[in-house]
Amino acid sequence: MTSDALLFGLSGVLSSSAPILFGVLGETISERAGVSNLAMNGMILLSAMGGFAASLATGSLALGFLAGAAIGATVALVVAIASISFKQSQVAVGYVLAMLCRDLAYFLGNPIMGMPGPRLNLSPIPVLSSIPVIGTLLFRHDIITYSSFLLIFLSWFYMERTKPGIMLKGLGENPRAAYVRGANVNRLRYLYTVAGGAIAGLAGPIYSLSVKAGWKGTISGLDGIGWIVLSITIFGGWRPFRAAIGAYFFSLLQWMGLVLQPLMPNVPSQVLQVAPFPLMILTLLLVNIGNAEWVERSLSHLPESVRRDIAKVLTALNATPPAALGMPFDKDE
Amino acid sequence: MPFRETAMRDDKKTRIIFGLGSVLAALALTTAIVAATGNNPLQAYGNIIQGAIGSPNVAANVLVSWVPLALATAGLLFTFTGGLWNIGIEGQITLGAIFCTWAMRSLQDTALSPGIIIAFAIAAGMLGGIFWALLAGALKTFGGVNEIFGGLGLNFVATALNLWLIFGPWKRPGVASMSGTLPFEPELWMPTVSAQSRLALIPLALAVLALVIAFILLRGSHFGLRLKAVGKNPKAAYLLGIPTWQHMLLSFALCGAFAGLAGAVQVSAVYHRLIPSISSGYGYTGLMVAMLVNFSPVFAGPVALFFAALSVGSIQLPIVLKLDSSLAGVIQGFLVLFVLIGNGLRLKLLGRKRGSI
Amino acid sequence: MTIELRNISKHFGALKANDSISLAIPPGCIQGILGENGAGKSTLMKIFSGFLRPDSGEIVFDGKPLTIHSPDDAIRLGIGMLHQDPLDFPPFRVIDDFILGSPGGLVPDRRKALADFNSLSARFGFSLSPEARVASLTVGERQQLEILRLLWLGAKVLILDEPTTGISQTQKEKLFATLKALADQGMTVFFVSHKLEDVEALCSRAAVLRQGVLVGSMEKPFDMAALVRMMFGKEVELAAKSSMAPGKKVLTVKTGSVGSIRLRIKDVNLQVRAGEVIGIAGMEGSGQDLFLRACGGLVEPAGGQFCLDESETPMNGKTYHEYMRQGVAYLPAARLEKGLVPGLSLAEHFTLSVKPKGVFIDKKAAAALSEERIAAFNIKGWPDSPVESLSGGNQQRALLSLLPEKAALILVEHPTRGLDIESTIYIWGKLKERCAAGTAILFMSSDLDEILRYSDKVLVFFAGRVTPLIASESLNVQKLGELIGGVGWDAFQGNSNA
Repeated sequence: MTSDALLFGLSGVLSSSAPILFGVLGETISERAGVSNLAMNGMILLSAMGGFAASLATGSLALGFLAGAAIGATVALVVAIASISFKQSQVAVGYVLAMLCRDLAYFLGNPIMGMPGPRLNLSPIPVLSSIPVIGTLLFRHDIITYSSFLLIFLSWFYMERTKPGIMLKGLGENPRAAYVRGANVNRLRYLYTVAGGAIAGLAGPIYSLSVKAGWKGTISGLDGIGWIVLSITIFGGWRPFRAAIGAYFFSLLQWMGLVLQPLMPNVPSQVLQVAPFPLMILTLLLVNIGNAEWVERSLSHLPESVRRDIAKVLTALNATPPAALGMPFDKDE
Repeated sequence: MPFRETAMRDDKKTRIIFGLGSVLAALALTTAIVAATGNNPLQAYGNIIQGAIGSPNVAANVLVSWVPLALATAGLLFTFTGGLWNIGIEGQITLGAIFCTWAMRSLQDTALSPGIIIAFAIAAGMLGGIFWALLAGALKTFGGVNEIFGGLGLNFVATALNLWLIFGPWKRPGVASMSGTLPFEPELWMPTVSAQSRLALIPLALAVLALVIAFILLRGSHFGLRLKAVGKNPKAAYLLGIPTWQHMLLSFALCGAFAGLAGAVQVSAVYHRLIPSISSGYGYTGLMVAMLVNFSPVFAGPVALFFAALSVGSIQLPIVLKLDSSLAGVIQGFLVLFVLIGNGLRLKLLGRKRGSI
Repeated sequence: MTIELRNISKHFGALKANDSISLAIPPGCIQGILGENGAGKSTLMKIFSGFLRPDSGEIVFDGKPLTIHSPDDAIRLGIGMLHQDPLDFPPFRVIDDFILGSPGGLVPDRRKALADFNSLSARFGFSLSPEARVASLTVGERQQLEILRLLWLGAKVLILDEPTTGISQTQKEKLFATLKALADQGMTVFFVSHKLEDVEALCSRAAVLRQGVLVGSMEKPFDMAALVRMMFGKEVELAAKSSMAPGKKVLTVKTGSVGSIRLRIKDVNLQVRAGEVIGIAGMEGSGQDLFLRACGGLVEPAGGQFCLDESETPMNGKTYHEYMRQGVAYLPAARLEKGLVPGLSLAEHFTLSVKPKGVFIDKKAAAALSEERIAAFNIKGWPDSPVESLSGGNQQRALLSLLPEKAALILVEHPTRGLDIESTIYIWGKLKERCAAGTAILFMSSDLDEILRYSDKVLVFFAGRVTPLIASESLNVQKLGELIGGVGWDAFQGNSNA
């Protein structure tokens, strides 16, 4: 492979990570507040279809993205109502919505399937884009990819450096303690679930208006992305930068699947396309194995120095979910 | 504490009213959505009903579709009782189909009688399902990977494996295609009720048996009670002396056996070959059925039948009305969603009436 | 500032948690609020701190009635509450926890917060690192952090709910000194407790609640006997201490060591004989919980030998279920989290607790078993009552009733935490019955009185070290408290009573 092809490939990895980043960071915000939105997979499909349809009908890309965000926010609102107000299991509600939204996307998107539609253009940044290597890699993207870079930093800054952001983490960690510090826990949880849903909902139109432009129904190749988004949220340990590493890693795997295809003629292309999905999910094994009892048991037999080192690695990999994730809050209980 | 008379009580009547309300809400919303797309909802429903019970042939197809769905649901009742979300069931069905195909391919040229070959193949399918379910269970119990994500990962692996077999080692002579492997000889097909029908009685009987087994084990056996305890509070169950992870793995294995059976039935009685989407989403739909019946073995059968009728009935929609057949999934999704929300609403209203004690 | 509570009433359903309670407190006073569990202390303080709204009555500061809608309102009015379980955020840095909840804009002024934190901390002689994680602090340090936070927010009234549970003697002394200093500066302190000796050591006044009613109050010096009568409404008979002649060995630990990645305890030697009660004392997090769990196979020992009965074969590496088969039973402190299965009925629990006969449940036999156990353990509930609907005391009785009848050794975490005096007496009565029948009991508790009152011998844990078994007659609360805090260890040349 020439170095140019490599560079363009890596640049493509960065831009094809954008939708995943929006999904993961939206979900991270929601889960930090204590609500896991498992509807992600159907939600991305529905907002991809809806965003494309809105853009097709109005000719406006901006309205397409807005529609996607609105769909994400609506789905998240259903999750919030069912789990915060009605105290139903977030897993159950999320799963049903994941199935429902997927079928809704296919049903409603039937008439616009395969239609040519608008697509977001690249906006290379003047001067910066002509820097060798870095210019191609970082500064020849569309506006959404630039936004995804910004989103990583902004969400980190919000959660680590601002007071409402620290409170957001408090909601998912110990809602009672957040309450005595003046937070209206359930109202804020509504807010962050819906906001997280809106951010994640942008993932759909990013696909259908940019990364994989168009709506092709069941062969859009988007089914499954939402589950990857959820597993990267876990892999990312609910921290923006680590989540970004996960998202880029997944896109890199997907790209490598394409690159390796000609080198491995015996493996059907379908297999290489699917392979990054299980790989990404199995990284969760690394994140969780430190908590397993048998690991601690076998570690306790090792000599002190080795034990320390292994424990350090496991602790670094380990990701602890927000303590009150999935638990409803009622101040009177 | 003396029970105070309140306007609403948590009795059968309230439950039925809320259940009916949820169903009506789901129907109303689906109707509105169909109407919004510029179609006539009544025509669409009529078409679905026609497609499900319009002729003996389609009605038989509903039963054909009911068998894997009922098997999957029966299996899921065990994992749900054990507090587990076995989303990996889809892959377990696929592995059942793969193992079944493998057994058929290995045995078809031997001197064994077709009946024995089919029996072996079915058993192999169940083993395949068990194997895949135990993998998800091991990831959960020994690797700390949530069974939802472990299961999804294994589903993707199962899909990849299936595709690889169809396009690789088991491809049709000549060119591999999405239509699957070469069909088996007709004498290796499971006997159907008539030459034209796809309905075979043995799988039907097996599915009924699966539901009966689930009912008996979960309602009255020590195993069922212990599994329930593990599902509700594994730490306490362990201190009470119940082998916790063993029960979890056992429930995975039982579910995998039924799922594998479903996959084997699809290969040996329905498609007579391995196809790329052999599991057809029956596992995912089974999860919806189990949730809708609130994990009760009694209602699982009828509700699975209703879901199967919806799915089969909507197959004709694209041809007749240019509507996507995913309308069935939309109705199913709204049903489960509104039943969940209705349940929550009922408990909330009851709680408020009762006051905090 | 003079504080008045006027005719505060609050009921939950038919239960009157507070029945027209009136109380006036002059400034600079440490007011003790005494009462048994369920007497209504917590409800009263929750109303005071904005958690609950009273059905009637008002709170008056210097003649001005206040309306408090939320804990946030309360702290803005100068009322801060320190909850029994510290309401903080374990994964946060101390300084973030400190800042959260303070007024101010989007981006907090860290530098000012840090300076304030350090100067407040220095004023009370606390040594908290602002960059440490809250999870790495002890319960006592978390209380200190919470006190600093409330003072920073301008608290003029401080309410402490059972603050001496789970902290060491030294930390308790430090806490009391701090509270006295605050009172001297004119702050009003409410000290809620069911421990008479704490109230005696700290408070200038005491009010006693019983069944939602203020039954009396008293100024220093206190007539302890009168306070006891007020709290319980009668003289309380504590079971006389009865020691059995110890029988055969049931558990022998030789140079046992246990440890997690963070903490390691080495060289524990212990012998438990039939009929003995051994109490384990120590600050929370000193490793006593790990050790107790290791004695039941719930965590794997890191070394040494753990042997059951007279056997010389160590049980190391065996699971709890294998220990169970040898007659060991474990009672966890978190009843609904670890001991019972919410959602299952009492009858189902009893069925689970006995060895199953056949594949199917014999409903008749199960019903008979439930009736018998419910009667024998005086559980207020029916066979089909879900366990989560029982009161704490009844849940503990249910847990006891699930123990196998022929246990050789019972390991208990905090046998009576959160229970009222009657349940406490009942539970220990049942445990002592077991001892009389030859069962040995090894229990841990953070209640020093409980340890001294019920155990024959005591084992003390401190910072990875363990004392030999000490006869409980040779100890008193003072001495035991010092040991827990790490004072007076020179007398022990390691643990060597093998």
